[in-house]
Amino acid sequence: MALSESILSERCLEQARGLVSSIESGDEGKAVDHLREISRLNETKMFQEIGRLTRELHDTLVGFGIETEISELAEHEIPDARERLSHVINVTDQAAHKTLTAVEEAIPVCSELEASASHIEIQWKRFISRDLSADEFRELSREIGSHLEISADRYTKIKLYLNDILMAQDFQDITGQIIRRVITLVQDVEDKLVGLIKLSGDLDSDLPKATKKPVEKVLEGPQVPGKESATALKSQDEVDDLLSSLGF
Amino acid sequence: MKILIVDDFSTMRRIIKNLLRDLGFNNTSEADDGNTALPMLQAGDFDFLVTDWNMPGMEGIDLLKAVRADEKLANLPVLLVTAEAKKEQIVEAAQAGVNGYVVKPFNAATLKEKIEKIFERIEASK
Repeated sequence: MALSESILSERCLEQARGLVSSIESGDEGKAVDHLREISRLNETKMFQEIGRLTRELHDTLVGFGIETEISELAEHEIPDARERLSHVINVTDQAAHKTLTAVEEAIPVCSELEASASHIEIQWKRFISRDLSADEFRELSREIGSHLEISADRYTKIKLYLNDILMAQDFQDITGQIIRRVITLVQDVEDKLVGLIKLSGDLDSDLPKATKKPVEKVLEGPQVPGKESATALKSQDEVDDLLSSLGF
Repeated sequence: MKILIVDDFSTMRRIIKNLLRDLGFNNTSEADDGNTALPMLQAGDFDFLVTDWNMPGMEGIDLLKAVRADEKLANLPVLLVTAEAKKEQIVEAAQAGVNGYVVKPFNAATLKEKIEKIFERIEASK
């Protein structure tokens, strides 16, 4: 049971008087008992004060809507940011692999063309300086023929690989949009924590206005796996179907 | 054919620019949001607009609406290329008069197909 402050003070005074009289009468044992009781009463006062401050802080937080906002942050927004950032890792990982694969596939194709062209060039120089036998010339013209035959096909392949590398760079846009949202969230957390510190630092003066819940943005940016909006379409085909149902 | 590419991410503008070049469209210009794009459209003789939706400043949907509201630009073909994939947004874009809608991430074939379809329609309606 919490004791009122006046009762506590009265009891302290009582014990202090007892302490003085027991010291005067030389009763050490009793004096120690009085001292113990005084410190116990003091502790009671201190705990009551802590309890009061805690209640006050809690009431203020509730009153300013900060407590619910902070629990919203802890329960939803921070895990949400974590999932978004994990998705960023996946998207950048895929882009890097797509690029590396294209490079790994393209390099041998380039080497093949390079080797074939260098060999032809050497023989061609010998032919120009009339240094080639008839048999060697027949071999050279066969080589030129097959070089030309593979060239068009190989250049088409290289262009496809380059195109893969080009398209893989779309990760920067996708992840950039996701990271921007996370930055906004971090800013929001910072503002709320600063509000909380101000509140707990000075409960009575100049209370900050309740921080506004961020306006729910209509634009969501890239859908994140596991976090898709209920009405989000899953593919270009679904988008096309919707548009054609609208007369497109 | 003169094309304006609008996206706040310069990497995406370069991707689209390269894909368009591959399709034979060499005359492209770039802008990073609707506020920069609109005066360019009003001043230049653009034949086609490819725009993102979510951009700081003026968003793509507002640029589309501004284009449709501008007497001189009202018939400009507009392709939205965006990560926004919610049904209500696609409906909103359709109602605002978009000519095509491509969801990011997309591939080169999709972009080519949508552009060709837009021009086929324009030819057919002439």
